[in-house]
Parts: sequence; structure tokens; C-alpha cells
Amino acid sequence: MKPVLSIRDLAISLPPGADRAFAVQNVSFDLNQGEILCVVGESGSGKSMTANALMGLLPDQVEVARGEAEFEGRDIMALPDAERRKLRGDRIGMIFQEPMTALNPLMRIGDQIAEVFEAHNRHTPAERREKALALIGEVGLPDPEKIIRAYPFQLSGGQRQRAMIAMALALDPAILIADEPTTALDVTTQAQILDLIKTIQQRHGMAVMFITHDFGVVAEIADRVIVMRYGEIVEQGSATEVLQSPQHDYTKALLRAIPTDHVPTPEPVIAQPVLEVRDLRKTFVTSGGFFKPKRSVTAIDGVSFTIARGEVLGIVGESGSGKSTVGRAIVRLVEADSGEVILDGQDMNALNADQLRRARRRVQMIFQDPYASLNPRKKILHALSEGPIVQGVPREKAHARARELLEIVELDAGAADRYPHEFSGGQRQRIGIARALAMDPDLIIADEAVSALDVSIQAQVLTLLRDLQERLHLSLMFITHDMRVAAQLCDRVAVMQHGKLVEIGPVQDVFLSPKAEYTRNLLAAVPGTDWRKGAA
Amino acid sequence: MIDFLKRFSRNRGGLIGLIILLTVILLAVFAPLIYPDSPWKMVQRPFLPPFTVDGFPLGTDTLGRDVAAGLVHGARVSLIVGLVSTLVALLIGVPLGAFAGFYGGLVDDGAMRFTEFFQTIPNFALAIVLVAIMEPTLPTITLAIAIVSWPPVARLVRAEVLSLRRREFVDAARLAGLSNTRILFGHILPNAMSPIIVMASLMVATAILLESSLSFLGLGDPNIMSWGYMIGAARTVIRSAWWLSFIPGVAILLTVLALNLIGEGLNDALNPRLARKGR
Repeated sequence: MKPVLSIRDLAISLPPGADRAFAVQNVSFDLNQGEILCVVGESGSGKSMTANALMGLLPDQVEVARGEAEFEGRDIMALPDAERRKLRGDRIGMIFQEPMTALNPLMRIGDQIAEVFEAHNRHTPAERREKALALIGEVGLPDPEKIIRAYPFQLSGGQRQRAMIAMALALDPAILIADEPTTALDVTTQAQILDLIKTIQQRHGMAVMFITHDFGVVAEIADRVIVMRYGEIVEQGSATEVLQSPQHDYTKALLRAIPTDHVPTPEPVIAQPVLEVRDLRKTFVTSGGFFKPKRSVTAIDGVSFTIARGEVLGIVGESGSGKSTVGRAIVRLVEADSGEVILDGQDMNALNADQLRRARRRVQMIFQDPYASLNPRKKILHALSEGPIVQGVPREKAHARARELLEIVELDAGAADRYPHEFSGGQRQRIGIARALAMDPDLIIADEAVSALDVSIQAQVLTLLRDLQERLHLSLMFITHDMRVAAQLCDRVAVMQHGKLVEIGPVQDVFLSPKAEYTRNLLAAVPGTDWRKGAA
Repeated sequence: MIDFLKRFSRNRGGLIGLIILLTVILLAVFAPLIYPDSPWKMVQRPFLPPFTVDGFPLGTDTLGRDVAAGLVHGARVSLIVGLVSTLVALLIGVPLGAFAGFYGGLVDDGAMRFTEFFQTIPNFALAIVLVAIMEPTLPTITLAIAIVSWPPVARLVRAEVLSLRRREFVDAARLAGLSNTRILFGHILPNAMSPIIVMASLMVATAILLESSLSFLGLGDPNIMSWGYMIGAARTVIRSAWWLSFIPGVAILLTVLALNLIGEGLNDALNPRLARKGR
């Protein structure tokens, strides 16, 4: 096979004061005609920087220090800006992670696609429109005549990503760079987009450089794989080689860290329920103005379930299924319209504001975003002890307990006197867990608690959670969009769709013999299913 | 804190502003020592140009009063009015904006309509009316300036609180059983400090300009020498003795410029991510 792009000894320098001198160094690889090359790595591994350097989209003060990238007989790193601009969109196309922000919100989809032709002076306006229509049809968007006049906000996430792909394909580039194009999407949509990229790649015979952090995606789509860490390539080879017999320790560790579908057999739960939710309902109504009608969205539609003492109940669903709203309604961060939330015989929904404040202790939450969930201006000690102190625990005791909890979540007790910005995402999530534990709650709700973390960190935090759950006999409600994560931790799993509980049962029943159609679809859409089945 | 000082000192404009402001503050503080006599006292022949007679470096005005003495004593008035009125404006605007943003709904509607009521009246006109109704003394002038300058503070604080209250750490504080007031004042407002500080530094400058304008129109405290009064009193002789308007004018310009430079420096130091590139 003939390489379309060959990168030799690429190094990208970071501004002084960054955590390392080079974002990327000693990077050499070939991208062959008609192959999908996956670049895998955790955040900060330099995988996106490599792509941005190719496109000439590096941020200020970040520069290509040395190295070359030969493409169609020229070194694109050495080309003047004007020449590179001609290449962009024409010979090299790119799609981004977040299709909402990558599309101009005030421009119709058709115009945005036509603009690619315009930028490169191709075709007459009428032809551009024809081509745009054809592209929209090619990427599988329904009703091209309507889509061409639609604004980005009128499309769903998956449709926007399709529109982005249409733009990238417009001039039939030789290389398509896809930077985490499915990370922001739901599993079922992700499966469709991966499918689309694969078909289009085959139809056009393009070379695709696909950047991802997810080995499941790699297994679905890759011909060849490059694994990056700290800006260097640690392993490269064909997809089967890397996935089946990884050579480097880091690759092995990454592969081990992936949550597997291997379903543990939990003991049947017989203890009496700590939480009972009965017919919970919530409808969000946005009040209309003079010109806009009222809109209502049913987030929770008659949900009932129980959680036993010492049990882990997983709530799984795609975005918009209402799973987070259920969690927030239980702690009354969202007021449910009707229904009962009975915690040890006490209906939380019936409490008044004052009683509620005292009862808050009993259900705690671990939040999704480790960067937003800690007050940046307060020391960790304060974050961990403020709640107990307000609930009447003496200051000395609360402080001692806070330091103890930091050790329990495997952080240094000295962490207490530092500020949140001094910690990494994984460490912050540990602090979030310690904060929930500090209140000595009856139930902990973890809302996408590991979704924002890299796989290896995710595995550590999951291990910690499982460990704590067993040791302290915690009752846990674990909300996640990731079936694989749910399989690892939960005793029972509830699947939500459109605000309704479509299936609930012990984890092996739900995963191995799903009853609901929707659960089957969800499971089938998880990337890399076949590969893991083969491995297991 | 040390980090913050380091970032601030990297901004040359901010440092220059700080030096000018410190000079003005020193002059104001030591005014009674440098010029123990009243600045209203007639000490020499009128219309002495600057640098002509020893002991009167900036000359004398239409009635033979020492311009340098007036300038130094005027600095006190400008700074006091600027600082106190800003403080009062913050005391009105911060809580109002905070409650509006935090509670939302009817509280927000009420507070914002009230704020808009003040915003629809041109603030200089309102200040004139207020001073004319009350007696023109230093406290009433300060109060009038505060009353016309709090609405932007309220709106800024409201916007900050609106975005901060949706953050997860606020949810976490709520789950810890904290009361609303404690969440608002203990968790949300400290995170809104940076923009408030920056705005306050610019408000001091505006307040100084407002006070000068009022005094220029003769609405200042008649017992207190201020920069605006000096310009106002000298405007009739601007063609024959231009320096009488020019010197206090430069004093106002430098002080306001200094405050603006400091405000910008603070902005860059407190919001490092928003700082303009290329510095």
C-alpha cells in the first residue's frame, strides 16, 4: 500500500511554563491510501495536537519545532499559509468532536456546505446547491430539500455530525481527519456515525485518521492503530495485533482498564429497601412569551423502583432519557410534580424546606464534572467539613474526619489544605466521593461520576467505588450512559427511555437476556461488542 | 495572592496607573501638612502664571488663591467622593443583584424593574436633581453619585450569580444542608468577586468625573475646594489665564486615567484566561 501522508520526526513545542516542553515529539507514521488509522490516547497524549498541526490549526504559542509531513509530494509543514489554506477543506477534510460548536449557528446547513465550494472557487452557485443536496443525501440525512434550509439548532446531535461530514467530503479530500467525532454522541447514534464513516471511506477510497480515546471504537473501525502517551507513540500496528496481543505495557494497561461486558454474578438482594420511589413524575414547562407558545417536556413519566440497603442500582439511558432528572428529583434539587420518594419510611417529597435541610444529609450525590463540582475558592478541608459542621458535628471532629476520609479515598491527608485547582480530574472525583461520604449518608447517588475521566483513571475510580461500597456497605444509585461501566459495578440495572423505565432487573438478566427491544438496541450499539465477545 | 501580584505587575499600564494613584493619595493624605492654610485664603496677587513667583509653583487664581494648595486639597475631595460613593453603590447594587440572580422569578423581576427605573433616567441629570433637592454638601453629593451609579453593579452581579448558581458545587452545598443565605454569601459571591473588583475600580473614576462635573456647574459643596469648582471658577478667564482650567483638568485626567489603567490591569490579572493575547 502506498502512503498518502508520511510524517517524519514531528515535534510540537509548547510555550514555556507548560507541564512539558513538547506536546508531541519523535512522532513518525504513515497514513496509507484507503485505510482507517486510529490514533488512541488519553487526554493530554498529544493526539489532537498532531491533527491540528497537520491542518495548521495550532493554538498561539504552540509551534511545530521540527519534522515534516509529506503529502502529495510536498512537505505541508513547510508550506506558506496561503498554500496550506488551499489544502484545507480541499485535499484534507476535518470533522470535530462537538458538532454544535463546529457549525455556525446562524447559517443554514446548505449555505455552510456551499461555502466550502465558494472558498475554493468551485462551481456556480446553482451547481453548489446541487452538490450540497447530493452530499446531504450521501451522508444519510433525511429529506435533503428540508435539511439544506435548516439551521444547526434544528438538527439532532447525530444529524449535525452528518452535516459536518458532508462539509468535510465536499471537495472529495484525499485525507479525512476525524477528531473524536463520536465522543459527544449517544451510543446508538455513535454506532450509526461510525458506520457512515466506514462506508464513505470505502466509497471514496480516502485515508482516514481517526482520533479517539475509546478502544471499543478502535475495534469497530480501525485498520491500523497508533497508541500515544505523553506526546510519543508507544505502539503501532494493525488493529488485530494491537487489540489481541498488545506489546507495550501502557497499551496493556489501557486495554485492561476498559470496562468489560463480563458480568459479575451479584448476590441476590434480600435486605429491605433503603429507598423506595413510587410513581415519580416531572414535566418541565418553559413559560411562553408573547410570541412563543408554552413548551413542555416530560422528563420523568411515572417511574417506580426500590434500592435495597447495600445494593448498587444502575440507571442507564441515553441523553434526554430523564436518568439524571430522577437522581436530582430524589435529592430534591429538582422538585418532582408528583410521586413519593420514601427513604427509610420517610417521604422526602413531603418535607418542608426546613425539615428538608436537616434531612439532606441522608442522600448525597457525586457529580459529573470534577471541575465544576468543587468551589474553586475553598480549600478541600472546607469542602469536606462544611456540611457536617452545618449539621451540628463539632468542628474539630469534622476536620479530623475529613482528613481520615481523604486517606480512605486514597489521597494524601495533606490534600486538605490545598485548593481544587491543584488536583487532577481523577483526584477531584475522589474528593467528591469523600465529600459525599463525609455526610454519612444512607444513599449515594453518583450522576455520571466517571464519564468525564480517562479510561485508566475511570478504572481506578470505579475500583475505589466498588471497594468502598463493599467495605462500608453503601447503597448506591449509579447513573450512567455507559453500559460497560454499569455492568462492572451494579447489582441491578434499570434502563430508561423517554422518561420511562423500560426494563429493570439483576444485571446478568438485563445484559444477557434483555427483554425490552430498546435494551437490545443499546447493547448492540456499544462499540467493540464483537471484539470483546471474541476475547472473552 | 502572590501569584496575583505577579500577574498584575506584569501589566505595565496597571503599574503606571498604580504609581499615579498612589501619588495622588499621598498628596491628599498629607495635604494639611503641605498646605496647612485654607485653600480659600487669598495669598498673593491674582493671575500669577505658574513658575513665576517662588512659593507659588502653579500660580494664583482670579482672587489670588494658591492653585497648588487648591489642587492638593481638591485631591482629598475627589478621592473621598470617589471611594465612598463607590462603596455605597456596591452596598446597594451587590445585594440587590445577588438576590435577584439567586432567587429568580418574582424577586428577579421586581429587582430588575426597579433597577431599570433608575437606568432609564440619564444619570447626570438625576444627580443634578438629587443635589438640587438636597443641600449641596459633601455627604449629599456622595449619596447622589452613589444613587445614580449602582444599577450597572446590580446587573453585573445578577448575571454572575445567574451563571454561578447552576454550577455543581452549588448543588453540592445545597445537599450539605446549607441555608440559602450561606450558599449565596459563602459560595457564590466569593466567586463573583473578580468582576466586581474590576468594575469598582472603574466606578471610582466615573464618580470623580461626576463630582467634578457637579462642582463645575456650581452644584458642589460651597465650603470645599474641589477640582471641578476650580475649573468652573476659571472658565470665564480661560482666554487670559488658561492654566487655571488646564491644571485641575490635567489632575482629573491623570487620576481617572490611573484608575482606568488599574481597572484594566486588575481585569487581566483576575481573569487570566480572558487576558488579551500577545502580552
